[in-house]
Amino acid sequence: MRRYVLGKVLQAFLTLAFVIAFNFFLFRVVPGDPAALLLRGTSAFNPDTVEQLQEDLGLNESLPVQFLIYVQDTVTLNFGESFFGRGAPVAEVIGHNIWPTLLLVGTSTIASTILGMIIGIYAGWKPGSRFDVGSLSATLFLYAMPEFWFGILVLMAFAGGVGPFPAIFPTGGYETAASDLTGIAHVVDVLNHLVLPWTVLTLAYLGEYAIIMRNSLIDIMGDDFIQTARAKGLREKQVLWRHAVPNALLPTVTLTLLYLGFVFAGAITVEYVFSYPGLGSLTVQAIDGNDYPLLQGLFLLFSAAVIVANLLADILYSYLDPRVRAA
Amino acid sequence: MTILSVRDLGVSYQTQGGAVPAVRGISFDIGRGEVLGLAGESGCGKSTVVNAILRLLPQGTKVDGMVVLGGNDVLAMRPGRLRAVRWTEASVVFQGAMHALNPVQRIGDQIAEAMVIHGQASEREARVRAGSLLEQVGLPPRRLNDYPHELSGGQKQRVMIAMALACGPRLVIADEPTTALDVMVQAQVLKLLKSLQRELGLAMLFITHDLSVLVEVADRLAIMYAGKIVEEGPSREVFDDPAHPYTRALAAAFPSIGDARFRRNPSGLGGDPPDPQAIPSGCPFHPRCPVAFDACPTIVPDLYRAGDGRRAACLLVEGALVDAPGAVE
Amino acid sequence: MRPQETFGHDVDLQSPAGVELEPTPPEKTPKSARQIVWTRRRRALLGVWRTYKRNRKGMAGLLILGFFLVVALVAPLIASSEALEVTCECNGPPFSPPSLDFLFGTDNFGRSILALTVWGARVSLTIGLLATLIAIGIGALVGLTAGYWGRWPETLLMRLTDWFLVIPFLPLAIVLASILGQSMGVITLVIGVTSWPQTARIVRAQVLSVKTRPYVERAQALGASTWHLVTRHILPNVGPLILANTVLTVAVAILSETTLAFLGLGDPLTISWGRILEFAFNAGAAGSGHWWWLLPPGFAIVLVVLAFTLCGFALDEIVNPKLRKR
Repeated sequence: MRRYVLGKVLQAFLTLAFVIAFNFFLFRVVPGDPAALLLRGTSAFNPDTVEQLQEDLGLNESLPVQFLIYVQDTVTLNFGESFFGRGAPVAEVIGHNIWPTLLLVGTSTIASTILGMIIGIYAGWKPGSRFDVGSLSATLFLYAMPEFWFGILVLMAFAGGVGPFPAIFPTGGYETAASDLTGIAHVVDVLNHLVLPWTVLTLAYLGEYAIIMRNSLIDIMGDDFIQTARAKGLREKQVLWRHAVPNALLPTVTLTLLYLGFVFAGAITVEYVFSYPGLGSLTVQAIDGNDYPLLQGLFLLFSAAVIVANLLADILYSYLDPRVRAA
Repeated sequence: MTILSVRDLGVSYQTQGGAVPAVRGISFDIGRGEVLGLAGESGCGKSTVVNAILRLLPQGTKVDGMVVLGGNDVLAMRPGRLRAVRWTEASVVFQGAMHALNPVQRIGDQIAEAMVIHGQASEREARVRAGSLLEQVGLPPRRLNDYPHELSGGQKQRVMIAMALACGPRLVIADEPTTALDVMVQAQVLKLLKSLQRELGLAMLFITHDLSVLVEVADRLAIMYAGKIVEEGPSREVFDDPAHPYTRALAAAFPSIGDARFRRNPSGLGGDPPDPQAIPSGCPFHPRCPVAFDACPTIVPDLYRAGDGRRAACLLVEGALVDAPGAVE
Repeated sequence: MRPQETFGHDVDLQSPAGVELEPTPPEKTPKSARQIVWTRRRRALLGVWRTYKRNRKGMAGLLILGFFLVVALVAPLIASSEALEVTCECNGPPFSPPSLDFLFGTDNFGRSILALTVWGARVSLTIGLLATLIAIGIGALVGLTAGYWGRWPETLLMRLTDWFLVIPFLPLAIVLASILGQSMGVITLVIGVTSWPQTARIVRAQVLSVKTRPYVERAQALGASTWHLVTRHILPNVGPLILANTVLTVAVAILSETTLAFLGLGDPLTISWGRILEFAFNAGAAGSGHWWWLLPPGFAIVLVVLAFTLCGFALDEIVNPKLRKR
């Protein structure tokens, strides 16, 4: 078991290394001067800054040396300076915006997963029933819908107010601007701003988890040991929760962790729609401002997060499944 | 006294292509301490019979007839009573123990669960009893904490047997318990079943497609074909001197070393068992029967008396065409 | 006997679609091996079509797709392309809700949203399909190579695939698009290059399973060349799976294009559904309640993605009989 975990950790490191290298080569592969590329289209673009940047990046050195400088920079979390915030270090800018995203993505993923699994269990327990067909259709619809469009509609309905819909929620942001709320009032204010983006993000991915659990459960229900459990005299509910669900949970748990990449994608656009000051909004601002250092840093962060999530998924699975634990 | 009495059992599955009659009217009794062997090719309906007895068939399956277990008709029981009867009156040793055990639950817990569910023991007591059950089947009690994948095929089968005995049933149904095992392990498991059956005075319904196994284990044999019983009687007699051509073919398919008959006439029955949705007219065996004659496709044979305590559904049984139908012992 | 003339096992007699093939009617005995093969292939396709027709969701999806295809093709008949110009005389008052003149209302420049949506269909569908072709091309090639050759190419390629799978799609696409610039070609390339790993995985798994089938081993023993094995044995059995996967990938590609365009990475010279939503959002349509601007392009996306997904599921069920029972 320990060897298995160690192996997976090693793989994760390799993947991370690949991402770092990829990040490096991306800017070197494009024709033209990387320094000019990094500064292109920004107000800081002038011969002096370009030369300075060339120095910093070691562009006058050979490629392998450049790479070493780059790796060293990365490890010390020196991603250069962002043009947003007028030259603040990228790491600092990212650090500023990380908490709102953690709050949003963290809580909505947990809710999505739990709700999705419960729906999936009830759908898979009675395949073909109205609940099953209904939830499958709803899931399909949600899947086909771009989550940001859903977000815009929700924003329009419940924050802007249109037609019969009331405008009961704020139109964006993390908290009411220029307010000095503390304690409970502050928490309530934050929650108030969280409701809409959280709902959109939760609903957007709930369906996928439901389907994974549903299909997993249907697979399990066809297994022989379910018949054994029934023959022993268990009630149907007991068969479901004591035998079927624990087995169906295994692949579901890992698959949900692997979905984190998609949740991030959704978070980027949803934060943008709701002007929610997290990493997502930061990314869009970076795009608009051609802020490449910031983009590089964000890309690395998102990739690292997904890699870690994958690693956790593997470890969790090996812990939950006794067959793998023994290996 | 009779432990299990099955009367005119009929099972029909509902599929997209229409109704599929897997079992078309079966009757048999099993008395206390008696072992009845049920044999036939795959697809003849044997496993369906197993599932029917404890009402384990999928929803929507049509079941007719009566299955009297412990004095009550299982097919007419209320769900609560049915659940109470399951495992306590009759239990099943399923085939393919590979997958009949929950992979993520320790085997001790799985055995104990049966006792706890039926209120026969507290959790702690149940575990202790599970340990002694394991000993009875020849496994060390410390294996209670193992997971199914840590056991070999033969060991898993023993666990299934231990589990089947957990609630002290009077009838154990063994559904092809040796089919998926190596020959050597087969012999061990058979020995175990035989000794347990004798020791505990269990009634047993032993399902298999392997006649030679039944001869050792069963007191009486019933041979199934196309959803019906075509021959029954004391196992040694039926095997040595089959009355029905199908039984003859089955028995001949398992050669015994040293028996001169097999050296000269290696047999093998041509053709396939009939599709349940397209059962031949008259005697369902007539297309494959080496001694079929002109009456066979037209008359559906009953189980005619074929000797002391023996019956066979073949028109060639002495006096079958003369005796009034249903003149059985 | 040369491998090409081997009778009877070019394609699994139970065709990969799992559909029973009917025997050749005696009067029309084909003359050559090639004719036999093509007759059988045609029959298999007809069989697949017949099975597909019975699949309700597949037919629903196909109908919707047909509708949008027609709309995209006859766009000039519904609205002249001049209506896309900001300065067109045909434009009406800006921000006006649906009316008889403008069925879907107008945008901030007074352009007919109906015209925008109809013409946007062309761009969105084109990008979706082209990007998918790239993704499937790369994915199938990688999967085939990895599955067929095994050993170190397989390990290398599958490592690469796994790495790509782990990297989150949108951040990668954003980084690529911002460096490479904004044009239809770049967007298509970016989506294609980020979507191939799924296909590669599926293709490799199928190739591995086909490779070990008896008739392939037999052909190898008879001395068949790699080309023959791949084109005559492996591809026909992997093809249907690739097809099902392709259709599903188009759905994802269209969603990806929409997202990238919405974020401002789309081609500034073309109108796609994503770009309409970009304009709408930037012009404050959400806060001002201009629902007519936001709904049509969104619904169009939902319907098209839904349609491709349904067709993909239907094909998946046909190709993978295990799924049919669900």
